[in-house]
Amino acid sequence: MSMNENKEFRPLIVAFCCNWCSYAGADLAGTNRASYPADVKIIRVPCSCRVNPTFILRAFQRGADGVIMCGCHPGDCHYTSGNYYARRRMTMMFSMLDYLGIEKGRTRVEWVSAAEGAKFAATMNEFVETVTALGPNKRLEDLRCKEN
Amino acid sequence: MQRIGVFVCHCGTNIAGTVDVVAVADALRLEPGVVVSEEYQYMCSEAGQNKIKDAIKANGLTGIVVCSCSPRMHEATFRKTAAAAGINPYMVEIANIREQVSWIHKDKAEGTEKAIILGRAAIAKVHLNAPLHAGESPVTKRALVIGGGIAGIQTALDIAEAGFPVDIVEKNPTIGGKMTQIDKTFPTLDCAACILTPKMVDCAQNENIRIFAYSEVEAVSGFVGNFTAKIRKKARYVDEVKCTGCGLCTEKCPQKKIPNEFNLGMDNRRAVYIPFAQAVPKIATIDAEHCTMLKTGKCGVCSKVCTAGAIDYKQTDTIIEEQYGAIVVATGYNPINLDKFDEFAYSQSPDVVTSLEFERLTNAAGPTAGTLLRPSDGKHPHTLVFVQCVGSRCDAGAEKGKQYCSKICCMYTAKHAMLVREKYPDTEVYVFYIDVRTPGKNFDEFYRRAVEEYGVHYIKGMVGKVVPEADGTLTVQASDLIANEQLKISADMVVLAAAIEPDKSARPLATMLTASMDTNDFFTEAHPKLRPVESPTAGIFLSGACQGPKDIPETVSQASAAAAKVIGLLAKNSLKGNPCVASSNEAMCNGCSSCERVCPYGAISYEDKEFRMPDRTTQIRRVASVNPAVCQGCGACTVACPSGAMDLRGFTNRQIMAEVDAICR
Amino acid sequence: MKFENERKQILRMSGVDPKKCMKCGKCSASCPSYDEMEYHPHQFVYMVDKGDIGPLLESESLYKCLSCFACIERCPRGVEPAKLVEAVRLLAVRKQGQNHMTADDVPGMLDEELPQQAIVSAFRKYTK
Repeated sequence: MSMNENKEFRPLIVAFCCNWCSYAGADLAGTNRASYPADVKIIRVPCSCRVNPTFILRAFQRGADGVIMCGCHPGDCHYTSGNYYARRRMTMMFSMLDYLGIEKGRTRVEWVSAAEGAKFAATMNEFVETVTALGPNKRLEDLRCKEN
Repeated sequence: MQRIGVFVCHCGTNIAGTVDVVAVADALRLEPGVVVSEEYQYMCSEAGQNKIKDAIKANGLTGIVVCSCSPRMHEATFRKTAAAAGINPYMVEIANIREQVSWIHKDKAEGTEKAIILGRAAIAKVHLNAPLHAGESPVTKRALVIGGGIAGIQTALDIAEAGFPVDIVEKNPTIGGKMTQIDKTFPTLDCAACILTPKMVDCAQNENIRIFAYSEVEAVSGFVGNFTAKIRKKARYVDEVKCTGCGLCTEKCPQKKIPNEFNLGMDNRRAVYIPFAQAVPKIATIDAEHCTMLKTGKCGVCSKVCTAGAIDYKQTDTIIEEQYGAIVVATGYNPINLDKFDEFAYSQSPDVVTSLEFERLTNAAGPTAGTLLRPSDGKHPHTLVFVQCVGSRCDAGAEKGKQYCSKICCMYTAKHAMLVREKYPDTEVYVFYIDVRTPGKNFDEFYRRAVEEYGVHYIKGMVGKVVPEADGTLTVQASDLIANEQLKISADMVVLAAAIEPDKSARPLATMLTASMDTNDFFTEAHPKLRPVESPTAGIFLSGACQGPKDIPETVSQASAAAAKVIGLLAKNSLKGNPCVASSNEAMCNGCSSCERVCPYGAISYEDKEFRMPDRTTQIRRVASVNPAVCQGCGACTVACPSGAMDLRGFTNRQIMAEVDAICR
Repeated sequence: MKFENERKQILRMSGVDPKKCMKCGKCSASCPSYDEMEYHPHQFVYMVDKGDIGPLLESESLYKCLSCFACIERCPRGVEPAKLVEAVRLLAVRKQGQNHMTADDVPGMLDEELPQQAIVSAFRKYTK
């Protein structure tokens, strides 16, 4: 793939954010006008442990180029231990995806607290950059899911 | 098929400035199920809400999508609007096109496109929304106040006044906290004890208040309205009922050389002691670490002199378990340890003291009986230097000190300087400051009085080092930034305005309560401006300096505010729960217990249930059931469930899948 | 700003951010050669920040700094004034086109009256 094509390419990123820390962190990024690319679309979940690995598979199947999951910092989970479950599940999930040919750079777990608006924006900028460099996700995309 | 109404908010120009709201409304009108799609200046205004209500009635809407600010801001508002128009409040979804679109994207075309996608995701979710009904749980009408300083006392008194029982848990043998150690209070200069001790007595006498002094909270479980706390009442080795507080034992105890915490180690107490004369409860405590009887079994003097027979060497810790509807944290503050600030010679010279130690040195009940004397030689000091911002306002990367302004030091230093000049006009008083911060009623006037009427030398600059000299004086090297000079002052005493930090007990307590803290270990409030006395965890309230540095007037107002919130909670007979809880599809549940194991709240239990099978036989199967009053809706179980029987209402698997699909369309 | 280039160069060489300064003066309060200096440590920070670098380059104060680093140690904001002084000094030296002294010259200049700190600081300064 040439550099020019890469420039044109805008990735589709799905971000799962827990309601208590990361979603609030994203709100703070907004309040502080800390910009990040519009390619990131956020889905609100009560806790990072609500993210079923099948959601991530579904996103890749439907053509997402990267999936990022954000939760509270370890020890700060609103539900005490949800982010620990999420961390374990995602470690397994991401290594399996890696095995399936979804590069590690396309998946990420990040802890963002409600006070870390700047970190949220920085993380998203960095993630979009990484995924853009990796190019479109072809491996798991199911073309039958696409309209037309 | 749902009949969905889409409402796009301009938020003035906040959204409309970078998102083409008309285009968003037009695009979303074409989505399946959408029967109305409108935009308006301010959807959250009364007119905007009326627009939604009218549209619901006119079009028989069953689902609402509002494209506006964050759901954390106005989800509740729009749910109420929907409920007022007769549809279930949980049929409302918010697409966050302000914080996530207009405020962060500058390109209008890009912003509009993203807003449409987020709108579509919300529409896709609403299609699968089902009406939800909140369960109710009873409220235990009793409050727990952790910490018995002025913050805890004020909160407890206010709650008790409203007729609800309150328990105060204080780790020290007496309530009163830091304020008992303070001599005078700014800006009125009335004596702290004179205004505090009546409140302490009120606490003891109020029939709604129980004081657990010398006690600590060990464990807390439950949720708002239904907390259970385990309180460890440490052994005092003195029978609380029998002890009259006469103090005879504290005079006869042969162990005399124990540093007195109340006077910050500047004098000694006995192994059996009452911290100070006005202690509440006024009961002696035996310090097990230093008591000869408890250590070696030989002594027993206190038991011999006690006419009430209150001494009990065999007393043990007791655990009290009690139910509470609300918990107030009032754990307070401490001055920081100054060991790392060796430039001020704090650990080298007894004549370099912290401001709190200085309070004791000027207090009538202090080690010098209120006469200002140098700790080293007991002589009257003639030159005093006050240093402000010791450990406050430091760089984030610095190894020592705190980043924040400790807020109270400017005022108490002005107070100290003024009092010294008033009592001992022959002294010279220097105050080195970086900025004098005196926002508060009558605060700046107070500081100006110190300068203009009392002749305190305020010098803009910082002290670089303090050198103890052989003749017992202290050479203070400092800069005077206005005169652009370096000064060397020969002082008799140096007083350091040490930064304040949250009490060490706060961090483990926060973990126990699942209440969040900031990087400085101050408790975080639910909203920095609009909910300053509540923790983000429901049912946990904050009072006093545990939330941030505060002076007494501010602490008391926050304490009363926290009490008002607690009273509001306890006045309810039951609380509406969160209906977004897990529920299991019994037909699919295979009874594996995976969900039970991951649930952090113990909300899931298993029961044997009889099922009618399609072939008309009956089968008894073990299935999961969720207690909706205990479930907090985290969703850990939904992912753990291998058969997909467990789902989370309001965030079902199908709903989130639909959102993913809509975004990836 | 007249000395904008110099200012940038000083900040780059020193790695100091004068904007972090809260103007408490603790650096100057700690400085042992304060009375020798025309411009004091806190003034260095302020003047570099303002871009008022001309007078600093001309001043003897550059060579009066002992590089004892007391100001660096004591600064509550982590500004590190001594590094700034050193950067200004280096700039002055560079502008003159040569180093005035090499490390080899130092032993010849030693005398018994010289305080030990001066030797230490000489090495800190001149072995760049």
